Amino acid sequence: MSNPQQRKQMSVLDRLQRYLPQLVVGPPFLLIVFFVYGFIAWTGFISLTNSRMLPTFDFQGIQQYVRLLAMDRWNVAFHNLLIFGSLYILFSITIGCVLAVLLDQRIRAEGALRTIYLYPMAISFIVTGTAWKWILNPSLGIESYMQQLGWESFQFDWIVNRDMAIYVVVLAAVWQASGFVMALFLSALRTVDEDIIRAAHLDGASTTRIYFGIILPSLRPVFLSAFVILAHLSIKSFDLVVALTNGGPGYSSTLPANFMYEMAFRRNQIGLGAASAMMMLATVAAIIVPYLYSELRAKHHG
Amino acid sequence: MGSQRLSLVALAVLFGSITAQAAPTAEVLHFWTSGGEARAALSLKHAFEARGGVWDDAPVAGGGGDAMAAVLRARVLAGVPPSVAQVKGQNIKEWAAVGALESLNTVAEEQNWDALLPDLLKETVQYQGEYVAVPLNIHRVDWIWANPKVLDKVGVTPPQTWDEFNKTAEKIKAAGFIPLAHGGQPWQDVTLFEVVLLGIGGADFYKQVYLDLDQEALHSDTMIKVFDQMRKLSTYVDPGAPGREWNLATAMVMRGEAAMQIMGDWAKAEFLTAGLKYGEDFICVSAPSSGGYIINSDSFAMFQVSDEEQQKGQLLMASMLLDEDVQKEFNLLKGSIPARLGVSLEGFDECAMKSSEDLVLNEARNTVVGSIAHELVQSGAVRGAFLDVVTEHFNTNMSSQEAVEKLAETVILAD
Repeated sequence: MSNPQQRKQMSVLDRLQRYLPQLVVGPPFLLIVFFVYGFIAWTGFISLTNSRMLPTFDFQGIQQYVRLLAMDRWNVAFHNLLIFGSLYILFSITIGCVLAVLLDQRIRAEGALRTIYLYPMAISFIVTGTAWKWILNPSLGIESYMQQLGWESFQFDWIVNRDMAIYVVVLAAVWQASGFVMALFLSALRTVDEDIIRAAHLDGASTTRIYFGIILPSLRPVFLSAFVILAHLSIKSFDLVVALTNGGPGYSSTLPANFMYEMAFRRNQIGLGAASAMMMLATVAAIIVPYLYSELRAKHHG
Repeated sequence: MGSQRLSLVALAVLFGSITAQAAPTAEVLHFWTSGGEARAALSLKHAFEARGGVWDDAPVAGGGGDAMAAVLRARVLAGVPPSVAQVKGQNIKEWAAVGALESLNTVAEEQNWDALLPDLLKETVQYQGEYVAVPLNIHRVDWIWANPKVLDKVGVTPPQTWDEFNKTAEKIKAAGFIPLAHGGQPWQDVTLFEVVLLGIGGADFYKQVYLDLDQEALHSDTMIKVFDQMRKLSTYVDPGAPGREWNLATAMVMRGEAAMQIMGDWAKAEFLTAGLKYGEDFICVSAPSSGGYIINSDSFAMFQVSDEEQQKGQLLMASMLLDEDVQKEFNLLKGSIPARLGVSLEGFDECAMKSSEDLVLNEARNTVVGSIAHELVQSGAVRGAFLDVVTEHFNTNMSSQEAVEKLAETVILAD
């Protein structure tokens, strides 16, 4: 059946097939290189200029970074990011993990409970922020309610207290993310090999022992991905603060993303905004690069 | 970037050719989307259409115009600016400095704007001696809005000096009311600050601090007194204030929970919209000062466009906005007073009449000053420095001395 022409056709198809992956991956790759890495480079360049209303190309070295580091507002924002990031990740993972383990006990109505816990993730940060703002406002929410009930000395004014406002942001963010982390862990728990668990049971290990000795250690990759997801969520957090405290009281609860927006879009300081964006990128890189490194290295050795 | 820009231009041309009409057209980018504001914008639209123009409405929701500013910036960068945009105060100068604005000098000379406008507004809408924007209105910032029923219950009258203000506030507080309704957003904190600055320092000192950023004035004892008064004000505010919107604070005065609010005359629109009566349910008094008037003003700037209909539209718009009837109708709805001097104020309320009288008085004494909180004077960076320090002082127990030093330092850093 194979005449020369058909063979030639086949070989064209063959060749097409061989290059198909490149053809499919190529254009999006180029787009990403341009729109992500190209713009990162552009932002980096802008941060070295004295751009104000519009981007300009008057190179002036690291002046913007010097100004940035001298600004109290930036230092507060960065300090807040450290508090917010660490507490958000810690509590979300702990609560999510505990919820997952509890739900894993083959209880009734698990499906319904899982949905209920996961649901906050479906709500946008703006809604979460606005709702918590009302709940926590001392003259509208919990505080005034408890006082109306007769507990006159009850006080819960974190949202208007400049030392505590950033913890309110943590509270709302953890409320939102724990369910998502729980879902991650729950699906991972279900993939743990039943046979090993059964064997451990036969050897007389207690449930607690099995969790701590076998199951949780085998979830290490899930811990890592939860960590990476939450870490970058926390660094780019913006809308929650806008809706919840709007950075206040004063600017005590601003995060770097809010700072960047304020400078670039409110105060006509695009150069300074770009510098702060680069600082955020450096922070993300400090977390992601070691992670990528460990992942890639593990593959090589494995 | 190049091809993106080209396609945007192509799209604009295509879109333009579909809607092309021989009539002068203006695409108007603005952020007047809330009730009263939208009605005021509509009055401009009707006036424009009555003169044969086509009003291409481009509203961007979001009070304060943050969202609109982002849209405007993106469109200028893409090379397709709107022909008319609502731009305020210092931003006019920044846009003019990058060469984006059309000169309106021909219209201005024809209509003799030099004689029609208050000096401060003239400065605001000019860049290097050329008119680049048209002012629409004048809002006064230094007002006290008070609930007369609450004042009566406590047995006090509206204060004339800051000492009196403090005594009155203490009495109100002792009687169980909130003396000062306030929203603790940085721009509201700075609104209080500049009212106190004018009240305690006077107009000349205000100008030294706000316009010249004079280090001596910034370090002076008067400045410490201003921050001392700010500290007092912070104790007259209820604990729920941080983050509150200004109109919710106005509602506290309406409901009689709070006695007074210091806010610009857009608060009047809230009272009137709620169906309240001047004199009975609310009163306005100018905030304590030895004379002075803090201005906030909206304006339209014309961006450089190549389309001929749009250019005609810009001219028509520029020549229409200071028309007496247009000014009157727009400002009746907006709650402000006309930007043009000498417009008859028939039909305006008492607060607007008083505002207008005081404007003329202060114009003669050269004591009309611009607001920083509302971006009328100073660049975004310097305004930001004031916002940061004032709000930080208001919300902590920072001493006045420390606040003064911090302000002087931050202002230099920003300038």
